[in-house]
Amino acid sequence: MNSVSRRWFLTATAATTLSVTVAGCGSSGSSTSSPTGNVDFWTLQDPTNSVQKAAVDTFNSAGKGKVSMTVIATDGYKDKLRTAMGSAKMPGVFFSWGGGSLNDYVTAGKLVTLDTALESHFLPSALAAGKVGGKLVGIPCRGTQPVFLFYNKKLFADAGVQPPTTYAELQNLVKVFKGKGITPFALAGNASSSWTELMWVEYLVDRLAGPKLFDKIQGGDWSQWKDPAILKTAQMIKELVDGGAFGKKFGSVNYGAGGTSTLLNKGKAAMVLMGSWEYATQLAEAPDFAKNGLGYVAFPSVEGGKGDAGNVVGNPTNYLSVTTSAAKQTATEFLKTTYSDSYVQGLVEKGEVPVTSNAAQYLTKAADPAYAKFQYDLVQKAPSFTQSWDQALGLTLGTPLLTEIQKLFNGQSSPEQFVSAVLAIKK
Amino acid sequence: MVSATTSRPLRKQRVRDRAAPPTLERPGVAWAVPGLLFFLVFAVAPMVGVLYLSFTHWDGLNPPQFTGTANWSRFFGDSQVWQSTTVTGLLLIGNIVVQAPVSILLGVWAAGHQRNRAILSAVFFLPLLLSTAATAIMWRQLLDPNFGLPAKFEWLFGSNPMGTQQGAIACLVLVTTWQFVPFHSLLYQGAARSIPHTLYQAASIDGAGRVRQFVHITLPQLRNTMITSTIFMVVGGLTAFDIVLLLTNGGPGTDTAILPFSMYQTAFRTYDYGYASAIASFLLVLATAASVILTKLSGYDKMTSTMEGL
Repeated sequence: MNSVSRRWFLTATAATTLSVTVAGCGSSGSSTSSPTGNVDFWTLQDPTNSVQKAAVDTFNSAGKGKVSMTVIATDGYKDKLRTAMGSAKMPGVFFSWGGGSLNDYVTAGKLVTLDTALESHFLPSALAAGKVGGKLVGIPCRGTQPVFLFYNKKLFADAGVQPPTTYAELQNLVKVFKGKGITPFALAGNASSSWTELMWVEYLVDRLAGPKLFDKIQGGDWSQWKDPAILKTAQMIKELVDGGAFGKKFGSVNYGAGGTSTLLNKGKAAMVLMGSWEYATQLAEAPDFAKNGLGYVAFPSVEGGKGDAGNVVGNPTNYLSVTTSAAKQTATEFLKTTYSDSYVQGLVEKGEVPVTSNAAQYLTKAADPAYAKFQYDLVQKAPSFTQSWDQALGLTLGTPLLTEIQKLFNGQSSPEQFVSAVLAIKK
Repeated sequence: MVSATTSRPLRKQRVRDRAAPPTLERPGVAWAVPGLLFFLVFAVAPMVGVLYLSFTHWDGLNPPQFTGTANWSRFFGDSQVWQSTTVTGLLLIGNIVVQAPVSILLGVWAAGHQRNRAILSAVFFLPLLLSTAATAIMWRQLLDPNFGLPAKFEWLFGSNPMGTQQGAIACLVLVTTWQFVPFHSLLYQGAARSIPHTLYQAASIDGAGRVRQFVHITLPQLRNTMITSTIFMVVGGLTAFDIVLLLTNGGPGTDTAILPFSMYQTAFRTYDYGYASAIASFLLVLATAASVILTKLSGYDKMTSTMEGL
């Protein structure tokens, strides 16, 4: 009796497992719908939702098909999207950061190649991360987010110094502010904010070697990490850390309000290297400081480096992509709303700097036209706009890379160990 | 059965009958079917599924590809896994060593009849009512090196408590203790209340002071509760994940990336479900082994009574 029930038990287990596995695998069928059918549109919960909602409403009332918008919180957006993309519940149009994550979806045959005629409506530097293997699979849907240096004007006036234009000046400023007991650069080094440390690596590598080096890495040549510019960058970071450029506590500092942004507006730190969204964070946390005390300049040049000092890193923008399960005509028509006058103007009013070719004329309507113009010019004049490496590489390679960068900043690995550890990520 | 008990003294026999009336018929197997099915579908099947996935490469988008023992040979050569196992062990030991004495003292105290005891007990109980997420976020603010307690009390916390591995582990132990001591002291409170007063009366007649009474009566009588509480700590400690995710996020670097955290990171941050399944299987074996060893070593499975001799 006992042995029989045990055998029955094992058989039942195997049968259940099999059915679960089969159900999990066989669910990639796409729903075939009429060309002007419904399209599920997944987007991120952020301040531009009202602009997107208005675009959806206008589109739906025009009668060229129906788009239903689903808003998903930032935390876990990528996980949810990834899970949905592996199942039958795949959205028709979705928001993403472009780069490596789209690469995975293209390889898996989930995305539709978009009409190249769309390209003429956007700034070329912002389109690169929406392409995979030269094919357009994502078009810009938000403002541009370059990374540059923000500084506290009052601290600079008190010290009688100017923001840095060269790396030597930057090193000098570290000494000046350290001598005054002020942290030169606020840096969020806690384990979930190591992407702020990545920004330093990205800019130093770009200034030393130019954008081609990372292009090759992103293109699949992982051995390019052996380039001397990478080791040099790691050594420069070690020098900065050891020289007190980031203070002693950055290892558990958070990004944003209550962390780096507060350090800057309270005068505890003189500068911060951050994406353009820092302005909005300061505006929410310390409006007076944002209007009167917040200065901004491009990342300085590095003496002897091959990279153009005009190059920019950051998020060129965010992207909308169309999947194979979408009603194609509806989706294609809907994409055109992202460069419509009302959409672009809506983004500008939200403090964004759109990457559409018709954006310049609207910038005077921005909350802070000078800041909007600074960003637009920075991006438009940039010889290259390198996408944040973690986004460009996709999470499979980006996540372990962030961990290694954090170890370098924490002094847990030497510059040489950093290089060999990063090389070991992709075998 | 009957012949075995007839030779025993009458008093014992009566106690025994009252405690466990002999059941003549065992319930039919059919009664177990719903529970068994539930167990099969929701516990056994996923476990077997995970074991199968640990032999595949699966990115979540394309069908899993069978790769044989590739994940496992990587697993046994992965220094991160052994670091994670060590940190998991350290956290476990730290939690038991700190939590057990505090819970015992607090539980025994709460079992007494002091003035204001009920009110203070209610206050001590509060942390258990908060979710781990709320607890972790609150403590992260409190431990912030620039704006939290360490900025004010540097002599106590050092300049950056969560900036080193030892510091981060200590912080995790501190917060876990703060959160779960109320639960364990509740167990001890119940157990301490059920210790017969006659023991203490006899001891005080013999001239034993409060400390001797605690060491020689209370502690031995709490033995079973200690084992129960420790098993909770071990199993809970092996699978603790939320507190690490929210308080340190595995940092600094990977210094507090315990096994469940590594598994999450591998599965949902780098989309390597196959390798994550290998970590999960290992964790399953570890937790089962820890639980079995603890039960065997402590003699808990024999269910011996601490009331013997009364």
